Amino acid sequence: MARAFFAWLRSDLRAALSLGFLLALLLMSLAAPWIAPWSPTAQNIDIPLADADAAHPLGTDDLGRDVLSRLIYGTSATLFASFLAVIIATVIGVPVGLLAGFKGGWIDDVISRIIDALLSFPAIVLAIAVTSALGIGLTNGMIAVGIVFSPQIARLVRARALVVRQELYVDAARCMGASNARILWRHVLPNAIQPVIVQVTLLLAGALLAEASLSFLGLGIQPPNPSWGAMLARAYQNMEIAPALMYPPGLAILFTALAFNTLGESLRVALDPTMKR
Amino acid sequence: MLTAARRAVIRRRLLQAVPVLVLATLVVFGLLKLMPGDIAITLAGENATDERINEIREMYGLNRPFLVQYGSWLAHALTGDLSKSLASGEAVATSIARSFPNTLLIVLLAMGVALVLGIPLGILAASKPDSLLDRVVTSIASLGIAVPSFWLAMILVAWFALEWGWFPATGSVALGQDPIKALHHAVLPALALAGGGLAEVSRQLRSSMVEYLSSSPVRTLHAKGLSSMSILWKHGLKNVGVNLLTVATLLFNRMLAATVVVEAVFAIPGMGNLIVNGALHRDLPVVQGVVFVMVLVVITVNLVADVLYTVLDPRIG
Repeated sequence: MARAFFAWLRSDLRAALSLGFLLALLLMSLAAPWIAPWSPTAQNIDIPLADADAAHPLGTDDLGRDVLSRLIYGTSATLFASFLAVIIATVIGVPVGLLAGFKGGWIDDVISRIIDALLSFPAIVLAIAVTSALGIGLTNGMIAVGIVFSPQIARLVRARALVVRQELYVDAARCMGASNARILWRHVLPNAIQPVIVQVTLLLAGALLAEASLSFLGLGIQPPNPSWGAMLARAYQNMEIAPALMYPPGLAILFTALAFNTLGESLRVALDPTMKR
Repeated sequence: MLTAARRAVIRRRLLQAVPVLVLATLVVFGLLKLMPGDIAITLAGENATDERINEIREMYGLNRPFLVQYGSWLAHALTGDLSKSLASGEAVATSIARSFPNTLLIVLLAMGVALVLGIPLGILAASKPDSLLDRVVTSIASLGIAVPSFWLAMILVAWFALEWGWFPATGSVALGQDPIKALHHAVLPALALAGGGLAEVSRQLRSSMVEYLSSSPVRTLHAKGLSSMSILWKHGLKNVGVNLLTVATLLFNRMLAATVVVEAVFAIPGMGNLIVNGALHRDLPVVQGVVFVMVLVVITVNLVADVLYTVLDPRIG
């Protein structure tokens, strides 16, 4: 298993680079207190919107806060938010998809219609609406994003479960007296897990962009806490005098989303037996 | 042209849309129930009088059973009565009618740009897989999908509006009022939206074209002595045409979502600004109204696309 994994990384440079970048980000977010040169919320009103220099490698924002330190600390809020949303989507999506695909019949009909209904909401719009109802804040926003993403996972798992439940080996297992729970756990779930891994990776990019959007609109993380989206909101307010402020958080979002997407696409190719080269 | 079998397929599609619509509106109305505490007190805001709280309770019929509340809300919503804004007292339907054209203009313009540029790029990339051109197009597409559209919007504003002054940085003008000015205002927001869309279109088109070009009918066309160009642009485009409909539908839905944040950057008084301001001030009728209309639009667009498939694809029905 581990050997296959490293062989795959050696054969797929882009996947290896993406994974390396993401792991580096994760480490950076954990080590933020030790590697960030300043506190992310320490204001220094003597040097607002300062250009980059030795003390502040990326300059300061309008309150004189160090941009590099905010970027480093913002990593944890941003990554936490993305993972929270995707974990919620998986925790809802996998069991619901298994239930629909494995049970079939009217249960499947009902669940499929609910999935269709949820998929007709533009994700960010529903997230904004739910945040407004639950109360503004990053956690509420990302719970909403997770709920909005869950039908995408449920749909995938349902499709796999529909196929697997008709397999001969499932019939065989049932003849030998296996319970539904055992069949689901031993046969259906392992077969459905690969597309889920791919989708989860791609959804992480979507969740990252959703966090950035919500925080940019003021509906996500609240000041003075840093997140990349919140930094962009700050940069937007000072765009006429300090346009350079928008590049560090914007590029951070771009490259992280790119890394998640690239990793997801590589995993899709690597895990799909019909696409083996 | 429309056989009985096809008509049956269309009828089934229309019927399938009904439960989706019911469930989606149930979600929109259910937003109300997510609110913590006494809904009427929360909605009335701080320092509200008892009269105000009772008024809101009355408005939503909060004393009645949930399904009765929902039924009455839906009946009103379907006749165009989306209740009144808690902040301004304006009818939500009126605000939406004023905002929607602004949103539609930039979404349609962006779709036009994405399709006009994305289709040829996707086809060209597919014509020579793994060539330099293909790699460039695929890389740009990967970047385009990962770039936050509102950040792209900020970059466009910084350069094309603030630095060079070619386009206005904010605001919008109604198309009916002054078409030239309206388009001038819509260019930058549309470009910001088109970035991600363009990437999506070229990627989807490339993959379906690559698939088509490796299919056996294409081998026959080559054997008949047709040039690669005519296979690509004539037969290829015709065969991926149905996929194009899928792509356009996806694109529209995607842009309707992305526009919410892009509008904030350009301060365009569209649906996005309406819902964001509503959300920030917990003006739930406005939020519900915008979500309701957007979902209605998405469901309708999907339905029209489904019906068009039935008409376009000879294999159905």
